[in-house]
Amino acid sequence: MPDLHWTSARELARMLEAKEVSSVEVTEAFIARGNEVDPKLHAYLSTTAETALEAARAADERRASGEGLSAFDGVPIAYKDIFCTKGVATTSGSRILEGFVPPYDSTVVARGHGAGLPMLGKLNMDEFAMGSSTENSGFGPTHNPWDLNAVPGGSSGGSTALVAAGGVPWSWGTDTGGSVRQPASVCGLVGVKPTYGRVSRFGVIAFASSLDSPGPITRTVEDAAALLSIGAGHDPFDSTSIPHEAEDYLDGIDGGIEGMRIGIVDEFQGAEGTQPGVTTRIDEAYARLEKLGAKLESISLPSFEHGISAYYLVAPAEASSNLARYDGVRYAFRAAGDDIVSMMSRTRDEGFGDEVKRRIMLGTYALAAGYYDAYYGKAQKVRTLITRDLERAYESVDLIVSPTSPTTAFKLGERTSDPLSMYLSDIFTVPVNMAGNAGISVPCGLSPDDGLPVGLQIISRSLDEKTMFRAAYAFEKDFGWIESPESRPSL
Amino acid sequence: MNVATDLYETTIGLETHVELSTASKMFCGCEVGFAGEPNTRTCPVCLGLPGSLPVANARAIEYTIRIALALGCSIAPRSLFHRKNYFYPDMPKNYQISQYDFPLGSQGFLEITGEWGTKRIGINRVHLEEDTGKSIHVGGSGRIADSDYSLEDFNRAGTPLVEIVSEPDISSAEEARAYVTELRALLESLDVSDVRMEEGSMRVDANVSVALAGAEEYGAKVEVKNMNSIRSVGRALEYEEMRQRRALEAGEILIQETRHFDEKAGTTSSLRTKEFAFDYRYFPEPDLVPFEPDPAAVEAIQASLPETPATRRERFAAEYGLSDYDVGVLTSSRATSSWFEAAATVYPGEAKKIANWITADLFGLLNEAGIELDGSKITPAQLAGLVDLIDAGTISGKQAKRVLAEMFATGKDAADVAKEQGLEQVSDEGALEQAVDEVIAENPDAAEKVRGGQLNTIGFLVGAVMKKTRGQANPGIVNDLLKRKLT
Repeated sequence: MPDLHWTSARELARMLEAKEVSSVEVTEAFIARGNEVDPKLHAYLSTTAETALEAARAADERRASGEGLSAFDGVPIAYKDIFCTKGVATTSGSRILEGFVPPYDSTVVARGHGAGLPMLGKLNMDEFAMGSSTENSGFGPTHNPWDLNAVPGGSSGGSTALVAAGGVPWSWGTDTGGSVRQPASVCGLVGVKPTYGRVSRFGVIAFASSLDSPGPITRTVEDAAALLSIGAGHDPFDSTSIPHEAEDYLDGIDGGIEGMRIGIVDEFQGAEGTQPGVTTRIDEAYARLEKLGAKLESISLPSFEHGISAYYLVAPAEASSNLARYDGVRYAFRAAGDDIVSMMSRTRDEGFGDEVKRRIMLGTYALAAGYYDAYYGKAQKVRTLITRDLERAYESVDLIVSPTSPTTAFKLGERTSDPLSMYLSDIFTVPVNMAGNAGISVPCGLSPDDGLPVGLQIISRSLDEKTMFRAAYAFEKDFGWIESPESRPSL
Repeated sequence: MNVATDLYETTIGLETHVELSTASKMFCGCEVGFAGEPNTRTCPVCLGLPGSLPVANARAIEYTIRIALALGCSIAPRSLFHRKNYFYPDMPKNYQISQYDFPLGSQGFLEITGEWGTKRIGINRVHLEEDTGKSIHVGGSGRIADSDYSLEDFNRAGTPLVEIVSEPDISSAEEARAYVTELRALLESLDVSDVRMEEGSMRVDANVSVALAGAEEYGAKVEVKNMNSIRSVGRALEYEEMRQRRALEAGEILIQETRHFDEKAGTTSSLRTKEFAFDYRYFPEPDLVPFEPDPAAVEAIQASLPETPATRRERFAAEYGLSDYDVGVLTSSRATSSWFEAAATVYPGEAKKIANWITADLFGLLNEAGIELDGSKITPAQLAGLVDLIDAGTISGKQAKRVLAEMFATGKDAADVAKEQGLEQVSDEGALEQAVDEVIAENPDAAEKVRGGQLNTIGFLVGAVMKKTRGQANPGIVNDLLKRKLT
């Protein structure tokens, strides 16, 4: 039997169904692997091994009586610590939420429980999902299993580090400006940002409400499609949830890309800070898509160059309001103060980290009377332009491709003193959040520069995840990298 | 009014907050209700817990449209919610979900009637928002600044709240009182709120400014808060108007500020000056989507609107021939109106008499007992029965007052009470003849006068018969008998 912890969720599901292995055995294997690698990674913020094993036993009993909750009943999972979990501490990576135990499950977690996925624990992240390296966590950084001196990307870096190290088959992250795709890319994984509203935000601790999209982080495209099928679908508790029932994204995934028209963005070519090794692997990926029958053409998205600037007005503005509730009055951390005002300001001063404070100030300023039109108002107009540019582009192409990130994983501490260079990690991913459509990052090998993973981003129209998965699957299968030992970091 | 005050002009605008009586809160499924154990009607949404999201209450939107239409407002074809950002411990999210530049209703009016005739007060906007929790500041003066500690109760947090903003068309405390009275009656008739000012389900804040008559600009805007009844609206604004006039007369410069009305002292005192305006950093609520009220649904609401208090007043005067006073009392609330109409239907054609019994006698009893009409034991049909009994001559008007008091106390029918108390009039001529004969015999002089044509003396003899029968004789029948025997 191969190492269970390098086995995909789909294969585990098949083995469980065939009674080749039990959920308890699978769950124990991942707990053991987690115990082995986490001291080096610091991916977990909290572990729930005992309840996971209970859930695994229940799954085995269901399977024995032929009453499995889903095809994946008994396949374990772990969640980014941004998803509320009933009775299990949830911090969103922030000291200000230390001690907060939600009385309810987020919809994503509830659907995971509903499918019978034992939960192994909660994973590290940049504080309130603000960052691209997981160094902004209030509980210390996570390390990249490919290079323990490098970051795992962010903000869902705990999730990508653990999945990449074989500590869990899959995980849910959230993507507000690239927070699933970028860490997936630098950890050699598949990361999906679904169409905005495809997956419920209910119980997801808000960063920027109009951009936040929960998304799967997995080793294979099929697993990503399967996990999205479990978590997606209309939720009456989220008013921005799309009124569509969940689809089976595995259905038709092997349809191939013969004749598909794929656009390459002119404005992204030679973008500032793109590493040569990244360009090499991406060009190879483009060639492979062409070899598989796709028609590549260049397209122009002139508004994309304003994506980052507009994003850094919209997201902080919404965040400044979303994070106002953390004041020490009702729950979690409270600093002592002489009166209500000093208690609130000290709580926020001591509870929030620098990056969060920076964005709260930025956002407060962007919404201030007299500046609203010049900043927040204008940023929303740019957003409309990006959406229109994309709509125009999709008149001539079915998908758009680009690198996911301009660089491979950078070293811990390398960019912490330079927020702007950190922000540029998201240059290719942010426009997708601004427009609300879907994107996926698929591994396309290791960079010849530093031997670290490079990711290819495939962007679809809104609600057209199926086409996106088809292309990603065709690429992954032909490339064959994920089957090779080269795709598994040695720790 | 002295000459000096006529130099000045008062401008008042009112902001009224009304809690809607929907079953559940504005953005979650928690029950809406008054009082109760603190923090028992709460959930992750109305507590603003991390990750929670609002879902708009469709019934609350419908109620708001109802209010807006009743105030003659136009309904926004597209509306949305905004976030109003400010920190306060009774606000779970530290922002309030409210409406900003697209309120559900705008450009309406409310007519008020008084010594000034009928005046139209413009309604600037009607919008929907969520209520806050309640703070209890312990120690010090009862305000947050010098308290020892504060307690928070979030039962009220998230209750749907409609804000109705008038134009600054109100020119006196008396007009303000009339506006609030009329607005409360209108809201009550719409069945959308308890409109109880004492319990805070209807709250009124005023902006008052006094300036030289004919001045091109308004004076300094003073906001007056803490007026907890219609009476205190009148008292507070009378005080504030005079305070500003006197200050101007004394050559003082008024400043923009917020003042607190002290119910006991009957005065206002400065709460805070508005040297700087709050910046609420309004922006569209990203957790909710803009919505477009369905024109057909709006039309259906318009068609289903009940009679407004103003229309009802006109109808009561025309249909029942009631005096202005009776109309005023009987239309003061929807409950009173329907109570009256129920009684008038049971005994048609005598609405005026029924109205008199309600406004004069029944309201006297209600006031004494300190209860509302719908809390009393007497039913509209029973009151109609009482009037019927008087008209039939079974009891006299004077007796009826005693009967009513008993009915009020016990909830019994008029006829039963009259029987029990032996109050029924004797109208049988045979039974009365003996007493009439005795009275004629006992009062020969008076009888002779009547015989001689002095018919006004007959009253004296009727009185004597009434006395002899301890008031039970039907005076009409006695009168007829005497006339027949003596003329």
